[in-house]
Amino acid sequence: MSSYSLTLQNLTKSFGRRLIFKKINAEFNSGNIYGFAGNNGSGKSTLAKIVAGVLSPTKGKVIHQFNNTEIISEELHKHIGFVSPYLVLYDEFTAEENLLHSLSIRGLNPDKEKIKSFLNDFNLFDRKNDLLKGYSSGMKQRVKFIFALIHNPSLLIFDEPTSNLDVEGKDTVYKLIEEESKKKIVILASNEESDLALCKTTIYIENYLQLKRRIKDKA
Amino acid sequence: MKSYSLFKKDWQSELRTRYAINALAMFILVTISVILFSIGQERISAHLTGGLLWVVIFFSAMSGLSRAFVSEEERGTTMTLHLLAKPSTIFSGKLLFNILLVYLMNFAIIILYSLLFNSFIISNWGLFILAALFGSFGIAVSSTIIAAIISKASAKGTLYPVLAFPILLPLILTLLELTKFAIDGKTITESFVELAVLICYDVIMLTASYMLFDFIWKD
Repeated sequence: MSSYSLTLQNLTKSFGRRLIFKKINAEFNSGNIYGFAGNNGSGKSTLAKIVAGVLSPTKGKVIHQFNNTEIISEELHKHIGFVSPYLVLYDEFTAEENLLHSLSIRGLNPDKEKIKSFLNDFNLFDRKNDLLKGYSSGMKQRVKFIFALIHNPSLLIFDEPTSNLDVEGKDTVYKLIEEESKKKIVILASNEESDLALCKTTIYIENYLQLKRRIKDKA
Repeated sequence: MKSYSLFKKDWQSELRTRYAINALAMFILVTISVILFSIGQERISAHLTGGLLWVVIFFSAMSGLSRAFVSEEERGTTMTLHLLAKPSTIFSGKLLFNILLVYLMNFAIIILYSLLFNSFIISNWGLFILAALFGSFGIAVSSTIIAAIISKASAKGTLYPVLAFPILLPLILTLLELTKFAIDGKTITESFVELAVLICYDVIMLTASYMLFDFIWKD
């Protein structure tokens, strides 16, 4: 079985003079769900972006390892699935076109059957030929989940995963998180109690200068 | 292949949104019309007409080619690209898109110019076409990397021509010289030095762009 591990070493981020967080150290392993929690503006999304490799830390290092081999930053996108309110897909394309383009840009086979199955799972099949600009925010959120999962990544980072979703959508996402976490690392950045309830370990980012890490063992 | 897929996505997106094509087409028509009106019945020399051709090309490039990266930044889809491919793939895809756009733009400008300006008489079309081919490639490479740099800035519209002017100046000067030679009927052998400078410019800009892009792309 393939294993994925993630290590945060003395991670510090500041925007100009504004310190967001300081010296975060943590380790993550496959088969678990982890949480990033904290007040608005505490840096949850920033930390999620740094872990996903779309933002650089000011100091410190993020080490991604797949089968005990370190992944170079250029190859990171192959291993990561990311859902975030800041992630925007192409409004001028349909859901199916967005997913087909994402697969072909990744160099993967643009498998229409696979896309069809994902669209069915997320209850979007009937609207697959509509342009994304006609979608509601909840429907766009569902497409983002497919976008994050379609290349079968080993690390899933979900920033505010249930925002804009209805009850049915939330249930689908929670089932998906539990299923995916059996073999992968799943990180949830959220303030929702129901989201964090799924996490084995939660990192609480409490303010700019202090970071307290509380371990919540569910075993 | 991944770069080609990105290019295909951009081209399909461009055909639907017409971000760059409309800007380029309008600019070409307006600039050539203004030149025609300002000349009126005056007879201008072939050298001056040749010079004005590159003025039209330079400013048309300024009006449309920044869209490659600016449109992604404005729509918020930059993060999506980060998650899809490595930086060199993204640069190659965007470069392919700008190369196609520059060649189409320059082809349209040269055809219009030949039809509308009686004083635009090229004696050596072979030399002129060679210069236009290498020159257009240089414009595409320079415009793409400048677009990547300015896409992160707040005053994109102002910064683009300001930054492009010193970078494109050696290229434009060489192209002006080669156009003069083509009008005078000089052979390719006689214009060897200028052609070599043009090719060196293209190679240097292409190499420097690939080396720089990694740093520009990551925040």
